This record gives sequence, structure tokens and C-alpha cells, in this order.
Amino acid sequence: MVISKKGSALTAVVHLTVLFLVVMWTIPTAGLFISSIRDKDQLSTSGWWTALSTSEQRLVERAASPESQTQENGLWVIRGNVLGDSEGEVTRFGSSSLKPEDFAAGETAELRRGIRLQVMANGDYEISSETEMQGRRGQRIFYTAEVPPRFTLDNYREVLGAEGLGKSFINSLTVTIPATIIPILIAAFAAYALAWMKFPGRGLLIAAVVGLLVVPLQMSLIPLLKSYNVIGEFFGVGAKTYVGIWLAHTGFGLPLAIYLLRNYIAGLPGEIIESARVDGASDFDIFRKIILPLSFPALASFAIFQFLWVWNDLLIAMVFLGNNEDQLVMTGQLRELLGSRGGNWEILTASAFITIIIPLCVFFGLQRYLVRGLLAGSVK
Amino acid sequence: MGQLATALVTMILGVLACAAYFYGSNALLDLIFPGKNRPASEIARNLRISNRIRPWLFLGPAVLILTFYLFYPVVDSLRLSFFGRTGEEFVGLSNYTWLFGSEEFYESFRNNMLWLIFVPTAATFFGLVIATMTDRIWWGNIAKSLIFMPMAISFIGASVIWKFIYDYRSGGDPQIGLLNAIVVFFGGDPQPWITIPFWNNFFLMIILVWIQTGFAMVILSAALRGIPDETIEAAVLDGANGVQIFFKIMVPQIWGTIAVVWTTITILVLKVFDIVLAMTNGQWGTQVLANQMFDWMFRGGGDFGRGAVVAIVIMVLVIPIMVWNIKRANAEMEGR
Repeated sequence: MVISKKGSALTAVVHLTVLFLVVMWTIPTAGLFISSIRDKDQLSTSGWWTALSTSEQRLVERAASPESQTQENGLWVIRGNVLGDSEGEVTRFGSSSLKPEDFAAGETAELRRGIRLQVMANGDYEISSETEMQGRRGQRIFYTAEVPPRFTLDNYREVLGAEGLGKSFINSLTVTIPATIIPILIAAFAAYALAWMKFPGRGLLIAAVVGLLVVPLQMSLIPLLKSYNVIGEFFGVGAKTYVGIWLAHTGFGLPLAIYLLRNYIAGLPGEIIESARVDGASDFDIFRKIILPLSFPALASFAIFQFLWVWNDLLIAMVFLGNNEDQLVMTGQLRELLGSRGGNWEILTASAFITIIIPLCVFFGLQRYLVRGLLAGSVK
Repeated sequence: MGQLATALVTMILGVLACAAYFYGSNALLDLIFPGKNRPASEIARNLRISNRIRPWLFLGPAVLILTFYLFYPVVDSLRLSFFGRTGEEFVGLSNYTWLFGSEEFYESFRNNMLWLIFVPTAATFFGLVIATMTDRIWWGNIAKSLIFMPMAISFIGASVIWKFIYDYRSGGDPQIGLLNAIVVFFGGDPQPWITIPFWNNFFLMIILVWIQTGFAMVILSAALRGIPDETIEAAVLDGANGVQIFFKIMVPQIWGTIAVVWTTITILVLKVFDIVLAMTNGQWGTQVLANQMFDWMFRGGGDFGRGAVVAIVIMVLVIPIMVWNIKRANAEMEGR
């Protein structure tokens, strides 16, 4: 690459622009990750970019019930701490939702019937009255507190357990592993035949594969669903089975697999194959002993593609798998959570991060093969 | 865990069955038409026959699966589009007249067109810009890797990520969505972004641009590296400046690649489904064809006829690209 002679000013602009774009592209994911490890009260009241600063939160806590009152110096008293176990500093408090900030910490508020409420900066509160307090529920205390940043893995614990994400993680693996390996095997043989064997109709088949590359999935859904219903009934297992989705992913992945592998295998040196043929090796031997080991990079590229595609797929899973606990995959689970827990960002961010962590690991670990596969599949 | 074990066992069985098929069928062929230890004339004949059969042993499973999962469904969808909701009674063109008379179809068609114009253009543009600039700096590979990263994220995961960015709190509550926080910081009023008619489409498209830019960048960057240095050096000697070199020397040389990137993203856009489903489910004027089709597959027990019609529309839109692809692939093979 030729570097412009205008020198440092232009270079600085390039550096800054790229930096800006990189930040734009990474910030969404970073925000998700930071949010997922924040305390859920902080997450819902302040942006994730404030995660490291103390946040001011308006909270409400119900004091201990009047049953726990004790008599001290002629007064009935209830004591406790609004902050519980957590750290923080109360700045203001109030006794009703209409006036949550009427009193500064340390002041005494007069409630009805001669009851007084005092909340200290460290969160200790004292409710006192000259007569015995009635009722079974405790007084609500509204307060504003400066809370130090708090990071926790509780969100992850909750989504993996109670929200059923742990189970769907296993379901996703169950779908993904076979759906990645089966098409590779079938495609490798087909690709070899299309690259190095001579038979009538070869050109037509290759054209068909290229054509099928772009057939929208949507075309297949309804006829396949109908066929699956019939086949499932025949075997008495219903339409939604793991075998069904493995084969569906195989079918949808095959055109790309055959195309990528054929391009690669056709590019292998012909002399090796010819000399093996002269030595009397059959095509099957050539495939097994020469082609397969040499095509490892292409096989790896496709495997990564297929893995990412199957793991990230929502549509096929929604059509060909049920949404019961035994079959719901992670993407489906995430979609259900979006519907049912739409406002609970601590659940959503943690769930989303769990669903993307495996693809991200695969991505950063095997990026080289992924790029190679992309180039083989597109640049010509 | 038991389920995973079952899956692994099934997988191993499946792989073994595949291997057994290929081994077995090839061995059988060698047994029936032996190529060794026979009179020469017989060997020649046997080889000729087995060479004719063997390709189909290799291709068999692939052809079967492609036929059942892709080819037959295309034909059957076409047939179903003339049938009623259960696919049993023939209704003629009434699904088509319904489609072209429905408001919802025009809405999703218009939105799909917006997607088709905006997403491939934006992704290719950003991809090209980033590819050009990252080639000039020492930390370019790290930058590329980070911009490429969203490719690995599922559409639904990306939707959650961006829904969080577009999050809206009414009134004076502190905004936890980044976009609204920025707007408020500069003194604006927070907006419920994904419910603003028309413009909300663009907020959904940005998600796909975010995902696809990395793809465009990787491919275009490889193409840029393939440009011979001499052409650029010659331009520099002739006194061309950076912008001229970029537009008049570099871009024309990678025009073919730009077209490939463009069409690849276009096909993806036509099938976009997860993002719309997760962000709005087609409400507030954001419906697209793929989501509409999914909707009709299951709405009120499912209407296969209407679902199939929408699928056909998507297919028709893809056909020009398909033809172009096949032509390109054929031309390439003749060149070999």
C-alpha cells in the first residue's frame, strides 16, 4: 500500500476515524456485558456507562412490622436499617410515594397519629410513638441513597437456573453438533464427485447447487412442515424431533458446503490425483487418502460457518422444534424472555450474553478459518 | 446431560451410518465389477461400468437431501399457493388476489425495498471505508477483528443488544438506553425510537448493518490487497491525490467483488426475519415479507396457502440474483 506523502496529519485522521468506528461497533456489545454483571437495582436506574461511579437511587423499603416494636423509656420503638446488607449512604427520605424526598437524612419526620420516623445517613431508621403502634404491615420508607457500584454474578445464576437457560444451552448443543458434522460428510463426497469425476450432467448439477445457494429458506418451510407431519405420524413420534431438525439444517447447509468444498477440491493439484489413478487407486481410495486430509482447511471453514449458523438460527428451530423445556434452544429462549420479561434488563442482558459467548469464542479462536472460508465462498 | 449423551450417541451412529454407506456401497461396486485378477477385456469393461456408477454413489445422499429439502419444496410451495389454508382445496388465484389487495403486503413490500436499498449500501460503504483505512495502520488487524465480531452474534442476540440501546423511559426518569441518554445529554427529549412510524424501520436496519459490515470489510479488504501496486504507483507518479486514487484506480478494479458483496447481503436482507420478530413483531409499520410469511404459517392455526404466496414473492425477488450467480459460476468454470 502506498502511504500518502501528506504524512502525519492524514495518518492521524485515519487513526482517529478507525478508532471512532471501532468504538461504535464494540460499544453495543460492551454495554450488554457490563450491564449483565451489574446489580439489578442499579441496572434499572442508571445507564451502564455510570457503572463505576456511585449512583443515586430512589428506593423503597418496608420497615419491620409493628409486631416487633419494643418499649424504651416510655416510647414504642421499631428499629432497623433500610439498606439491609448493602452499602450506601442515605441522603433524603420520605414516608409516601408523593413526597419521597421531603426530609434530609438525620431529620425527624412526623407521621400520622404522633408517630415519628427518623432515618440516618447510614440507613438506620427508628420509628417511635408514645402509644402502641397498630397494624400488621410495616411502614413504607422512601429514601434516596448514594450507592457505590456493585457487580454481581447473580443475574447469571438466575437465568441459568430459574429461567431455564442452562437447559436450553444443552438443547442448543444437541441441535448444533450433529447438524454441523452430518452435512460435512455428505458434502465432501459430493464435492469430490463434482470436482474430479467425469459423468454426464455434472455441469447441470453444479449449476443447480449454485442456484440452490440462494433459494430462500422460507420457500421450504411450509412443504417441509407438511411432510414432517406425515412422516412423524407414520413413525408415531410427532413432527418435531431432533433428527428432523438435524436433517433440515443439513439440507439448508448443503449447497454452501458443496460449493465451498468443490471450489477447494477442484483447486487441488491434478497431478496427484492422476498419478494415484495410474497406480490403480479407486476414486474411493483417492478421496479417503488424498483428498480428505488435503481439504482440512476448507472443511474447517465450513464447519465454523455451519456451527455459527445453526447455533444462531431462530427460524428453523421455531418451525421444526417444539417450545417445551426439552426442545427450546437458546435463541428461542431468548425470544421468549424478550416477550415475557421485556423490562427486566438484568435477565435479558445476562441471557443474551450467555447465548453469544460460545459463538464469540469460536469466532475469536478460529477467525483465520472463518475468513478463509468467506473468501473462498465469495471472491472470484 | 442425558439428552446430550443421547445426541452424541445418535450423532456417532449417524456418522457411522454415513461412513458405512460410502464404504459399503463402494465395496459392493468393487465386488460386482472387480477391477483386478480378471481377463483384461473384462477388467476394461468392469472399470467402464463402475466409473459410470461411482459418481452417483458419491452424490446420492447429497442429491436426495437437496431434492427433499430444497428442490421439492420450491415446487410444492408453488402448488400450495393455489390451495386453501390447509393445502387441500384448490382456490385458484384467490391467494394472489388476497395478497395484492392487502395493505399489510404493501407495507411489508415497501419495507423490504427500504431494507434492500439501505442495508447493502450502508454495509458495503462502511466495509469499503474501513477496509481501506485499516490497511494503512499498524493496529488494523485488531480493528478489523473487532468490527468483524458482530458476525458471530445471532440476530436475536443482536436485537437484545440494540433494544437495550434504544430503551426509552418516559418523563424525567434517568435513561438507561444509550441513545436516549445521549439525546438527553444534548438537551433533547427522549424518544421511543422503535415505535416512531417509518423511521423505526431504519433503527432496525442499523442492527443488520452493524452485523454485516464486518463481512463486507473482510472480503473487500482481500480484494484491495489483490490490486497490483504498479497501478497505484503509476497513479501517484502521474500526480493523483488520495481521493482520486481511491475512486479512479482502486474502486474500478474491485468492482466485481463489490457486486458480490452487495448481492450476498441483498439475499440475506430478503430473508430478514429474526430482527423484526424480536424488535417489533411487525408492529408500528415495520412488517417485512419474511416475518409476514412466518406469521401466516401459524396465525390462527396457520394458513399454508397465504404463507406460500408470500414465500413465492421472496423467491421471485431472489431469482435475478440466482441467474446472475449461475452465469458467473459457469463463466468461471469455462475459464478453468
